[in-house]
Amino acid sequence: MHSPSPPHASGATVRQAPAAPIVQAKNLSLIYPTADGKPVTALSEVSLTIAKGDFVSLIGPSGCGKTTLLRVIADLERPTAGTITVEGLTPEQARLKRLYGYVFQAPALYPWRTVERNVMLPLEIMGLSRAERQARAREELGRVGLAGFERKFPWQLSGGMQQRASIARALALKPDLLLMDEPFGALDEITRDHLNLHLTQLWRGTGKTCVFVTHSIAEAVFLSTRIVVMSPRPGRILDVIDCDLPRERTLDIRESPEFAAIAHRVRDGLKEGHSYDD
Amino acid sequence: MSQTTNGPDNGPGNELDNGAYRTSLGASVDWGLLALILPTLAALTQPVGTLNGETLSWFGGSMAPMFLIGVVLTVVGGRTAPSRRKGAWVELAGVVMAWLLPLHLLNEGVDLSAGWGVWLFLIAAILLLWRVLGALSAAPGWTRSVVVPGLFGLGLLVAWEVLVRGFQVPAILLPAPSRIAGALAQHAPVLWDDFGQTVLTSVVRGYVMGCGAGFAVAILADRVPFLARGLLPLGNLASAIPVVGIAPIMVMWFGFDWPSKAAVIVVMTFFPMLINTLAGLASAERIQLDLMRSYGAGYGRTLVKLRLPNALPFLFNGLKINSTLALIGAIVAEFFGTPVVGMGFRISTEVARMNLDIVWATITVAALTGSGFYGGLALLERATTAWHPSMRQR
Repeated sequence: MHSPSPPHASGATVRQAPAAPIVQAKNLSLIYPTADGKPVTALSEVSLTIAKGDFVSLIGPSGCGKTTLLRVIADLERPTAGTITVEGLTPEQARLKRLYGYVFQAPALYPWRTVERNVMLPLEIMGLSRAERQARAREELGRVGLAGFERKFPWQLSGGMQQRASIARALALKPDLLLMDEPFGALDEITRDHLNLHLTQLWRGTGKTCVFVTHSIAEAVFLSTRIVVMSPRPGRILDVIDCDLPRERTLDIRESPEFAAIAHRVRDGLKEGHSYDD
Repeated sequence: MSQTTNGPDNGPGNELDNGAYRTSLGASVDWGLLALILPTLAALTQPVGTLNGETLSWFGGSMAPMFLIGVVLTVVGGRTAPSRRKGAWVELAGVVMAWLLPLHLLNEGVDLSAGWGVWLFLIAAILLLWRVLGALSAAPGWTRSVVVPGLFGLGLLVAWEVLVRGFQVPAILLPAPSRIAGALAQHAPVLWDDFGQTVLTSVVRGYVMGCGAGFAVAILADRVPFLARGLLPLGNLASAIPVVGIAPIMVMWFGFDWPSKAAVIVVMTFFPMLINTLAGLASAERIQLDLMRSYGAGYGRTLVKLRLPNALPFLFNGLKINSTLALIGAIVAEFFGTPVVGMGFRISTEVARMNLDIVWATITVAALTGSGFYGGLALLERATTAWHPSMRQR
């Protein structure tokens, strides 16, 4: 099904599970040149291995490079040093083969297309037949609970529905890897809980690998199998926390002591990062 | 809990609000009527004009009282109509009747220039029309979007007609609309030839070439950054060039027939199209571009699927600006040399021969063509960019 795995997996993965890595980053650095001559270090010596089927959250305060790391995986940014492979390929090859689906902070739906035609957009670019495009769009819209809204325009939908449509658009590519950049950051908490539940069921049901950027501890613990705690200036990984709650989760799990213990560890990790600040 | 906050409470509250609204509307209607009645009463004390050198009063033997009674009846009818909108239609009949009075008197040979009774009466009629339009513009659909502006324009035309004829303005200064309409009918074949030469030949070709070239160069400049940097300052320069300056030069270069007019139009329309297209292409958001990149879409796909649709409102802006520029450019260019046909040629020669009727008829054709062109583009824009926030139907 998937490409052959690289010869050796890192320590964390060996401990976690025998699954093959889908993303492998070694000593990644990314330094932006700026106008005032002081380059900004967005990522510094980041190494991370993500196994197939994992749900990995990247958490940290603003400016810690979590979005940058996600964009490097997606080949939307190029690292200035280090190596990274996605399904054994370079990120560019993976992007051109459309091996991942990317969900942005904003829905980024095109307002001149109906919801259905927005979901069909990546499929048009892939060159699928019209019938196939429509079938897939219907299927994915049904999966995110938007059946019946195919002919609506994005601006006729609520913010939560728009973001669900953008998730359906990412799923329509049928990628093994789903990259999500604070997809629910702009939504109210009730909608967000609802979509989190929806997302965890979707992940369990499809067996995809998810990389999820957030700055909500509760969201990260609720969704993840592993939580990567990051720190700013320069962006680096402080801690990788295994989140070994049962895979089948309901919102009630957030009241359990196990949940509280993991959330506590994440919070400690984040505090440690902040101690570097003034 | 939810029952007490939702359904039953809101119902009576809304009705109360509606009731209060009706009462205040009723009160304001009376003030409007009073404002109508005062000039009417003042009008009755003044003469309606002079007939054969003698002053003619309201009740001096003309048909004027019949019009007065008719208008009063429609106002009464409008007040007692079952709804405000139905009343407005009845009052509209009153407005028509009031404006027919001066036309009737003019036909009887009455001189209105000293007839202050008629003019005050017409002021009251304008106030009545104001009331009618106010009521009709609250109505949805065609009434508001077509009937109200139509009545407004018609009112202006009738006022023009009555004022010009009533004060006996010489036709050489300003002819009455009826006279212009007569000239339009009388000179229709000549005007049609002019229209064909200027609009169907010069404007259409120049417009397509200018806008097409502006669009094509914008696409190119978008790929080649130094082109955009070099061309944009030239755009400012070109927009400052006076048409009367380049028109004679273009006539020398390209001769008397349409190519010189098309060249002037190209010079005038190229840069607005270029600048608008470039702005449109630059208006795609980073996140939308990242999305296309994540799909492995290349330059061409991104252009067709994202950047051009996104630029449509800008493209239409350029096309609409150019529609009026093209017509002005062609007409002005024809002043500097043309085969003996064309709207600019007609205006320049007939002004010299003091045939102002044809000049006004040509101006009318040009104005109608320009607004038709613009309106057509606006309709097309509405059809293709209904998704844009400025066009969304609520």
